[in-house]
Amino acid sequence: MKLLHRIFPHPHMSVLLTLVWMLLANSLSLNSLVFGLFLGIVIPFVTQPYWPDRPKLRNWPMVVSYILIVLWDIVVANVTVAMIILFKRDADRQPNWICVPLDLRSPEAITVLAGTITMTPGTVSADLSSGGHNLLVHCLDAPDPEAVRDEIKQRYERRLKEIFE
Amino acid sequence: MQMFFEILIAFFLSVSGIFGFVGSFGMIKLKDPMSRLHAPTKATTLGVGGVLLASILHSFAIEGHLSLHELLITLFLFLTAPVTALFIAKWHIHRHESPETLPPTGEDDSWATHAVEQEEDVPDHTAT
Repeated sequence: MKLLHRIFPHPHMSVLLTLVWMLLANSLSLNSLVFGLFLGIVIPFVTQPYWPDRPKLRNWPMVVSYILIVLWDIVVANVTVAMIILFKRDADRQPNWICVPLDLRSPEAITVLAGTITMTPGTVSADLSSGGHNLLVHCLDAPDPEAVRDEIKQRYERRLKEIFE
Repeated sequence: MQMFFEILIAFFLSVSGIFGFVGSFGMIKLKDPMSRLHAPTKATTLGVGGVLLASILHSFAIEGHLSLHELLITLFLFLTAPVTALFIAKWHIHRHESPETLPPTGEDDSWATHAVEQEEDVPDHTAT
């Protein structure tokens, strides 16, 4: 078990790298599978010293539902932002900074949350506080900053907490 | 059936064209730099996504082979777009915001970008 741990320091990454290589090669042949597996074993092994921690994903069904929710929100986000750009007078728009207090502690989870915020409706994550306990978010149009903050915490952070911690 | 797929492909291409245009238009219309950041990070995602969906459908339904490496472009876009946005936002905070213009940070001292400024000043390259 210990030896297996040595050879595959990041099993998820190995699987992901193999998949990415097969998609890059754009073929389902044995050839690309073998080379993909080779990359999937060698790259995590060589980069092991730079990435000692291994984030644990606890809740796989939650991962799938999270991805689907975010994809849906991105489509909605595009339409909302397009509507604001096209039909709202610039003077009526209320751009706003908000501060989101974080319950998440693992760096991977915070990275995913910040990325999600940037990709979804009218919000861009701009900075982290020096201790890593708060996230600075810029809103394109937020008449009610509290509501935006609560939605981020309820919709994304709660789910990420179940996935990572 | 061919007809149906052609309409679907045309639909995705039109959607991506519209959103690509709106994203670029937003760069002109929105006045402050932080708001401008919203237009390219979002409207463009669906813009590129539409082209990629149309491309997958075209290779599958018209050319008759499955091609999925468009999914990789989507994946890389999702990984890189937030990072670019964060870089530009940090630049903006460095140049145009002070701790007074941003919301308070709660229990921490300051936002990370300003904390760096306090610790080390920009090195003086003119000395040499």
